Amino acid sequence: MPAPRSFGMKTTVKNPVKVLARILKYVGKYYGFGFLIVLAMIIVGVYCNIRGTLFLQTLIDDNIIPLLGQENPDFGPLIHNMINMIVIYGIGVASTFVREYLMIYITQGTLKRIRDDMFQHMEKLPIGYFDRNARGDIMSMYTNDVDTLRQLISQSIPMLINAVFAIVMTLVSMFVLDIWLTLVTLGMVAVVLFASKKIAGGSGKYFVKQQEAIGKLDAYVEETMTGQKVVKVFCHEEKAKQEFKELNEHLYESSYKANFLANLMGPVNAELGHLSYVLCAIIGGILAVTGVSGLTLGGLASFLAFNKSFSMPVFQISLQMNSIVMAIAGADRILRLLDEPVEEDGGHIDLIRVRKDGDRLTEVSERTGHWAWKNEKAAGGAALTELKGDVKFEDVDFGYIKEKQVLYDINLFAKPGQKIAFVGSTGAGKTTITNLINRFYDIWDGSIKYDGINISDIKKGELRRSLGMVLQETSLFTGTVRENIRYGRLNATDEEVLEAAKLANADYFIRRLPDGYDTVLTGNGASLSQGQRQLLSIARAAVANPPVLILDEATSSIDTRTEHIVQEGMDNLMKGRTTFVIAHRLSTVRNADCIMVLEGGHIIERGTHEELMEYKGKYYQLYTGGKTE
Amino acid sequence: MILKTLASHLGEYKRDSILTPIFMIGEVVVEMAIPMLIATLIDDGVNVGDMHHIVKTGILMAVMALIGLAAGFCGAKFGASAAAGLAKNLREAMFNNIQTFSFSNIDKFSTPSLVTRLTTDAMNVQTAYHMILRMFTRAPFQLIVAMVMAFMINARLASVYLIAVIALSLFMTIVIKRASVYFMQAFPKYDELNESIQENVSGIRVVKTYVREEHEIGKFNTASKLIYDIFIKAEKAVVMAPPVMNAAVYTCILVISWLGAHMIVYDELTTGELMSLLTYCMNILASLMMIAGAIVMITMSSASAKRICEVLDEKSDLSNPDKPVLELKDGSIEFENVMFSYHKTSEEPVLRNINLKIDSGETIGIVGGTGSAKTSLINMISRLYDVSEGVVKVGGLDVRKYDLDTLRNNVAVVLQKNELFSGTVLDNLRWGDENATLEDCKRACRLACADEFIEKMPDGYDTRIEQGGKNVSGGQKQRLCIARALLKHPKILILDDSTSAVDTATDAKIRNAFKNEIPDVTKIIIAQRISSVMHADRIIVMNEGSVIGFDTHEKLLETNEIYREVYESQTSGSGDFDEVGGDD
Repeated sequence: MPAPRSFGMKTTVKNPVKVLARILKYVGKYYGFGFLIVLAMIIVGVYCNIRGTLFLQTLIDDNIIPLLGQENPDFGPLIHNMINMIVIYGIGVASTFVREYLMIYITQGTLKRIRDDMFQHMEKLPIGYFDRNARGDIMSMYTNDVDTLRQLISQSIPMLINAVFAIVMTLVSMFVLDIWLTLVTLGMVAVVLFASKKIAGGSGKYFVKQQEAIGKLDAYVEETMTGQKVVKVFCHEEKAKQEFKELNEHLYESSYKANFLANLMGPVNAELGHLSYVLCAIIGGILAVTGVSGLTLGGLASFLAFNKSFSMPVFQISLQMNSIVMAIAGADRILRLLDEPVEEDGGHIDLIRVRKDGDRLTEVSERTGHWAWKNEKAAGGAALTELKGDVKFEDVDFGYIKEKQVLYDINLFAKPGQKIAFVGSTGAGKTTITNLINRFYDIWDGSIKYDGINISDIKKGELRRSLGMVLQETSLFTGTVRENIRYGRLNATDEEVLEAAKLANADYFIRRLPDGYDTVLTGNGASLSQGQRQLLSIARAAVANPPVLILDEATSSIDTRTEHIVQEGMDNLMKGRTTFVIAHRLSTVRNADCIMVLEGGHIIERGTHEELMEYKGKYYQLYTGGKTE
Repeated sequence: MILKTLASHLGEYKRDSILTPIFMIGEVVVEMAIPMLIATLIDDGVNVGDMHHIVKTGILMAVMALIGLAAGFCGAKFGASAAAGLAKNLREAMFNNIQTFSFSNIDKFSTPSLVTRLTTDAMNVQTAYHMILRMFTRAPFQLIVAMVMAFMINARLASVYLIAVIALSLFMTIVIKRASVYFMQAFPKYDELNESIQENVSGIRVVKTYVREEHEIGKFNTASKLIYDIFIKAEKAVVMAPPVMNAAVYTCILVISWLGAHMIVYDELTTGELMSLLTYCMNILASLMMIAGAIVMITMSSASAKRICEVLDEKSDLSNPDKPVLELKDGSIEFENVMFSYHKTSEEPVLRNINLKIDSGETIGIVGGTGSAKTSLINMISRLYDVSEGVVKVGGLDVRKYDLDTLRNNVAVVLQKNELFSGTVLDNLRWGDENATLEDCKRACRLACADEFIEKMPDGYDTRIEQGGKNVSGGQKQRLCIARALLKHPKILILDDSTSAVDTATDAKIRNAFKNEIPDVTKIIIAQRISSVMHADRIIVMNEGSVIGFDTHEKLLETNEIYREVYESQTSGSGDFDEVGGDD
């Protein structure tokens, strides 16, 4: 039973600057040089733009006005100026190209690396992480959050840097042209920023509300659609419509307001920009006409052009604010996944192939059918212990979370080849016990020994290799049937796969699939029935051929005939192996070597079927159905 | 076709949809007029040192800016409202249409696909419509106005823009065409990658059991490299767009400046006019880029629009009769030569020539293997599907003559795949009868053996059920669903394998309660376990869509081989240990 799940993943980012810095560092680690070039290109681009604006000043003042009224105007200086500009503009275009081109590699490369890192890290996380977090939340990191990150890296960051440089450089140029007009412009910028902040804040608030409203609507629709047939059977349609209408109205309200305010940003910025322009034109006009501050006509024209190009980056920054905030929240979630501690191993004992000559074990590399645990750290040199499948629990206590103990004082042992069955109601702790044998979770207290070795000393990978598992919830992977069976042992030959399928009773149905063993399965084998999926996972365990098996019998959604086939497959698989089975069927239980009856995390009864029937306790009640509460 | 369907759902937001472009145009007019004012401000004001003119034009500009602000405000408001409104209406129309769906309509769409249509797709259409109303009126209009203005100032110089626009349009078309090929390849691959992540997240226990972490990481790295390569290709296809755009702007500026300078010198142009022309340069080329961007966005959302229309256009294949009967006489059921297929084109019918007669108040069991069409049979009774041939009568009357609500309120079905909804236990029970008192609910729960565990819950009948009923066990859920159905006070009660997770003893107790407390109700029980139906008055044995036996338990044991086989296999100790007795 999974531990309680965390409720959603919505938390506010505590330190946005740190998150942004870490992302930049991440980019810099692999693409530092490229990113520096991009930075340089941005500066070059901004510089070229500014030069363009200045060009207009010299164009009118130096190249046009002096020629006015001349008989034979000399276009020489103009030509000279134009050639200059062609070169500068050429550099500008080239810098844009280089920037865009490099950004493709930086963005896509970083995304690839971050995806790979996330996945690699995720694979190494303990099972607890997956039990704690909803699948949808984990998936959303790979889709939504990586996507916002793409926006951040490819658009927001370059635009932000561009805007900052543009503002600084424009500001410097404006100061050079005229201080007073610059101050007027800055004053107007303050007004623009203030208004933008107000509007963006309101819009952001409503965007959050919109996301909440979508979430609520989504949950409602999902629930209703899943139960749509129930809705019909109970003639509940009108009520559902009404409830939906209400949620829909909320969504409209917040979506409308969020978009309205976001729309408003443009006109407010533009028109305030115009007012700033008018102010500068009038004040500049007075200055130029009166000639107080040495401002020329061309200078005023340039300044007005600067004034216009100044409002552009300010507008861009205010536009990017929302998406930057969103991207940082996404990046924060990604970083937290990457910071999640990986599964700890701590084991040092290996599983190796051995040849058995009498009692003597010798390490070999070829397949012999015999395995042994190799303890390199044993006193007196490497010690070999034959793998037999002897499992022993001693006073095991366990809980998924500190506050809630699930298993109390579990003592049990399984001799090689024995079958141990667990019986009990949902939540009694059956699955939990099996979670401990393969160290999906580590125990609190007590010990679990495998062939006399404490399992915490065995390397996790090696331990799990020696344990087969067939779970109630089957997981198949996209690929052929053959590949899915071979998942148990990657170097299994086609013959071995076939053998395993036959053992599992799966051969019959596989041969009837469109392409037999080469039929491609997708979406967790959606084209197969539950029973067929179960058979495949039995075959998968069979091909792995482990000495110890953990089975979670599934019968609830299988009809009697298929159930019979699955059962036979399971029985075949269990032969000669130590098996822990979570039993749902009486027949499985009856021939078990030992039956554990669990209740509330305690083993309350144990023994063979006959013994327990004699005892007339809980098991007897369960078996005879004599208990009714 | 799609556009027409979508447009018909504008409803009360039609006004806003018309007003938005008008205000957008207003905003553009102001924006275009300002460069003209700037020209006269510089030419007739600054050049000649006419302070009066500067101030006059300045004030005019300020007034224009305020008008622009007002237009922008209205455009923003109406645009947001129209787009959000359209999405709202589409969602509501979809949801309402889904509520009219029959079972066979529901089977067609999967739940996740419906959820996506109602949320993501509706949002995409909203964004696209928003874009159409604002950008798509604004940008072309701006382009045209700026062009006209430029031509009015100086036709010869303005023709430079015309050439640039044509050249850029051609270029953009090629880029979009080329890139879209790559992006179309990239998106499915991207989905595949995400699917494989999903597989790993849900199958993590298998991955870890077989120690396949490295194997999966290797697989993933290969897949993500593939994505990387495709996206690099796709992005490279568009990489030329920004530099070309820049080049076009710069070229225009240089050419205009060069030619303009000559014209000024020869007195054919003023400096102010040159400045205005240069301002229009940005306007014209930027609007072209906006148009290109909008086209891409709209193309991308057309798939969403299509998916929405699929739901809107889906017509329910069950309808109420013209003069529906609103009263159900009794709980008798009759099948006359009933044939049924889920699809009209199927070769083999699911139900074959069914003839049954069930009296009011009888208890009927149905057994048969998976795929023997037990569920299909009972689906005919409450008209969840319509028969292909023959007649199903309830209370002596063809089910197609009844008002659907009347029929379904009198025929309560506890579905195999049943659902509870988030809300309290009472809320869920009252699905059966909105006005049921607490006492009514308790009585129904007692009948369904649900009272005990409910009373043990922290808040009793006010305990919240989580979405999908996650916080109750399978057996508890089934009992709640039975209680909910009982509250409808039906004349016919159908349980479709509804006690599979309830232990044998409780199962028997529920059956007894039915027998004693609601003797007049016709009870139909589908079960896997023979023990659940053997005490019924009569038992229907089904095999591959046909009724192969309809008699009492004892008679069937004698005469029906399949029935006997199943009975024997189940009594020889291969019963079910699931959820035994202890789910509370």
